[in-house]
Amino acid sequence: MKTEETPVIELRNVHKRFEHRPDLAQRILALAGRPIDRRTVYAVNGVDLAIRRGEVLGLVGESGCGKSTLGRVVAGLHHQTEGEVLFKGQHADQLRGAERLAYILGVQMIFQDPQASLNPRQRVRQILSEALKVHKLSPRAEIPARVDRALSEVGLDSEYRERFSHQISGGQRQRIGIARALMVSPSFMVCDEPVAALDVSIQAQIINLFMDLREQHGFTYLFISHDLGVVRHISDRVAIMYLGKIVEISTAAEIFARANHPYTQALLAEVPDIARRGRTFIPIKGEIPSPLAPPSGCTFHPRCPHVMPVCKEQAPPLDLIAPGHWSACHLNHA
Amino acid sequence: MTPTDPEPTGTIGPLTDTPRRVAILKKLRRRPTVRGSVIALLILIVVVMVAPYFAPQNPYDLANLNLLDGRLAPRSPMMDGGTYWLGTDDQGRDMLSAILYGLRISVMVGLTTVALATTIGSLVGLVAAYVGGFVDAMLMRLVDFILGFPTILVALVLLSMLGRGIDKVILALVIVQWAHYARIMRSRALQERHKEYVEAAANLGFPAWRIMLFHLLPNCLGPVMVFATIQIAAAIVLEATLSFLGVGVPVTEPSLGLLIANGFQYLLSGDYWISMFPGLALLLLILTINILGDRLRESLDPRHA
Amino acid sequence: MTEELLKVRGLRTAFHTEAGAWPAVDGVDFTLRRGEILGLVGESGSGKSVTGFSLVGLIDAPGEVVAGEVIFDGTDLRQLDEEGLRQLRGNRIAMIFQDPLMTLNPVLRIGEQMMEAIQTHAKVSNAEARTRCREALEKVGIASAESRLDSYPHEFSGGMRQRVAIAIAMLNNPDLIIADEPTTALDVTIQGQILYRMQEVCRTLNTALIWITHDLGVVAELADRVAVMYAGRIVETGPVSEILSAPRHPYTQGLLQSMPGIAQPGARLQQIKGMAPSLTKRPSGCAFRPRCPNAIARCAEQAPDITTEGSRSYRCYVPIARESVPV
Repeated sequence: MKTEETPVIELRNVHKRFEHRPDLAQRILALAGRPIDRRTVYAVNGVDLAIRRGEVLGLVGESGCGKSTLGRVVAGLHHQTEGEVLFKGQHADQLRGAERLAYILGVQMIFQDPQASLNPRQRVRQILSEALKVHKLSPRAEIPARVDRALSEVGLDSEYRERFSHQISGGQRQRIGIARALMVSPSFMVCDEPVAALDVSIQAQIINLFMDLREQHGFTYLFISHDLGVVRHISDRVAIMYLGKIVEISTAAEIFARANHPYTQALLAEVPDIARRGRTFIPIKGEIPSPLAPPSGCTFHPRCPHVMPVCKEQAPPLDLIAPGHWSACHLNHA
Repeated sequence: MTPTDPEPTGTIGPLTDTPRRVAILKKLRRRPTVRGSVIALLILIVVVMVAPYFAPQNPYDLANLNLLDGRLAPRSPMMDGGTYWLGTDDQGRDMLSAILYGLRISVMVGLTTVALATTIGSLVGLVAAYVGGFVDAMLMRLVDFILGFPTILVALVLLSMLGRGIDKVILALVIVQWAHYARIMRSRALQERHKEYVEAAANLGFPAWRIMLFHLLPNCLGPVMVFATIQIAAAIVLEATLSFLGVGVPVTEPSLGLLIANGFQYLLSGDYWISMFPGLALLLLILTINILGDRLRESLDPRHA
Repeated sequence: MTEELLKVRGLRTAFHTEAGAWPAVDGVDFTLRRGEILGLVGESGSGKSVTGFSLVGLIDAPGEVVAGEVIFDGTDLRQLDEEGLRQLRGNRIAMIFQDPLMTLNPVLRIGEQMMEAIQTHAKVSNAEARTRCREALEKVGIASAESRLDSYPHEFSGGMRQRVAIAIAMLNNPDLIIADEPTTALDVTIQGQILYRMQEVCRTLNTALIWITHDLGVVAELADRVAVMYAGRIVETGPVSEILSAPRHPYTQGLLQSMPGIAQPGARLQQIKGMAPSLTKRPSGCAFRPRCPNAIARCAEQAPDITTEGSRSYRCYVPIARESVPV
């Protein structure tokens, strides 16, 4: 049996909680007997994930599901509260020095808001060349050439070098963000809703850019989005997240053809489809719960059309229901 | 890949040109006050710089002063042929020279105080915002502590301990003022800190000091600079007040405040010039700085950028 | 009572800058019947939101509606003074904004705001107004409506706030609702809920709806007719089925083809080259010309007039042929 290659990124039972630390005043009040308000945001609640080299994993979910937080944990921007993050087989938090730098630079993030992701005070050439200078990745003399190369790879003329971010459009800013990541020669890109803030016609350009870069450089992507259409187009595998947990994961084709989890089914049903006309909407009931107070058992049970008593008590594990297709639902056991 | 935006060949013009009235009003708004106040400030700075060469007399050199020349009215003739254009004070000092030197002190105190307080306060605020947690809490409690005291009171106490002198005045003012800047910088930095370009800088492995100084700081300077321009005038007034009260500059090196104080007793007896001219000079200085500060604020406002 | 509720002719809204007055909306014509849902589609900078605001006189300086007729049930809204418009707004014409916090006053309770909306336009007792408010909240699916009337806007989630905004819009049984991108900032499942409510409202009350959006998918499912805007003009309009399955204007076709849902997964998406022009850099002639794959010389000289073809119309000298790529 052929041994599987080590996944680029592996997450084992990763949790990330944001705890509200009580300040001095509250601690004093606590001494006097008043209970401390420990509001905790349960952003990621036990995620296992393995991303293979060269694949595009789409991560889909709505607001509050923790997908952005998960992306940042993968990129090393947040430290996980529990669990392990492995980069090429090594524990990320045990990496030091050059190896740690290799991890940080090797996993680059593309951010959602093109405007906020560029330093308004820096010109494009400064934004692109800073990492090379700080980490001495390239001789000074070669830097301008590398900047021009990166610009042309993302489809921008070298005249953009001298511009500030407020002098270029949203789609172009996103290209600069991608170019900035390219400068440090990453192998893995976490794309956090990279096209959500762009117009449809610009979206297409950026999606094509992502696909071209993948072909040329063999990048691995974790593509986070709420837009199922985009995810379907670009991903090999798709994972659906709800309130901090992955509820279903499989190949893109399988998810869209044979969605198993009721949440996935609801999502697919809700996505406006250009081919459908005059549809009568049948909405899914209830609000998205807040990650401050996730429901007990299966977090989806308050909104699930097929809820059973066991769903309120026990969280279903991710089970293999078909080759390469996992889903976390008690219905699969019933 | 080809560039993505082909330039349109030939564009359409606007529907109507801006009506004359509007255009003129716009020009007016742009020109006189900014130009006027910039020119006034430049004159002041030049004056301040060349005072030693300009002034007919060095008011600090006690040997120059002649008590017999004391309290002469404006435009009285000098012993050696010149004119006391603004009169003399009770010690025979030429008011014009004294004012020129006094302006110099005021401007120096104002600018130095603000420069130092801004630097110290901004750094403290930046660190507090970026590091957060315990460090933030401790620094901010220190800031709150300092801001809890009335400015003049603290300055008076400090100066009574330190003694008189310009450097001590500046020190006292900086100690009292830096806390404001810390608070302003911290609140701005807290907003910017969560923006994605800061995350991107961390993602590129930049050390914390670099992110703070090169990424956060430049984008948080706006409100601090705005406050600083207001504070220049405030520092000048504060120094004048302290000198007026007698705890600021030494008697031999009078600033505008001290000059006003000196002349106070003579106001009712009719020798108005000893207080009034320094007072007017102070007023003009503050006015110019405030107006310029206003214009600077407008131009720093990102909506106009 | 005629069938035709709203007729817009030659609407032109300009923004005054130091360099002159630039038209964000440059000659817009459309008609809306009672109970009809029109999807007004365009990308950023197309002028779609400005159109919506211009209809009810909500354009403030430096913008100004400089030309056109907006005939609502026989009355030209542009001829009305502020008082006349005020009587119509919230009463017969309601608006829903993208950010529900624009509709809702954060320091007033929901009930107070809703009752104010009713009592400004009709003499109704407090008790009756409150009952109507409660019923409106129930109709948009807000549980425990009676106690919710005493809540503040910040106590609601984004989706719920938008539903409250819809409830307020419906309160006085308007003839027309103008909705400016109300679900753009909401999640897909919440959007589904909102669309469901809107559809119900329009069907039961026979309210006409102008749904301003950039999302063709929503328009496909919700609207009866669609108008596509580019650079301040409507470039194509007609029944949804016809336009989306056989677009005539190259821009409409470009938009449809760049949507990932259409293409084969993994294939390169068709993209419209270039970018939409900014307000001050609109090309002469047809504004889409620099980006159009079919442009001819005439396109640069003069902007095309409206060509009508049955119930649809478009502005193009080289429209896509009849047998076009089906969507």
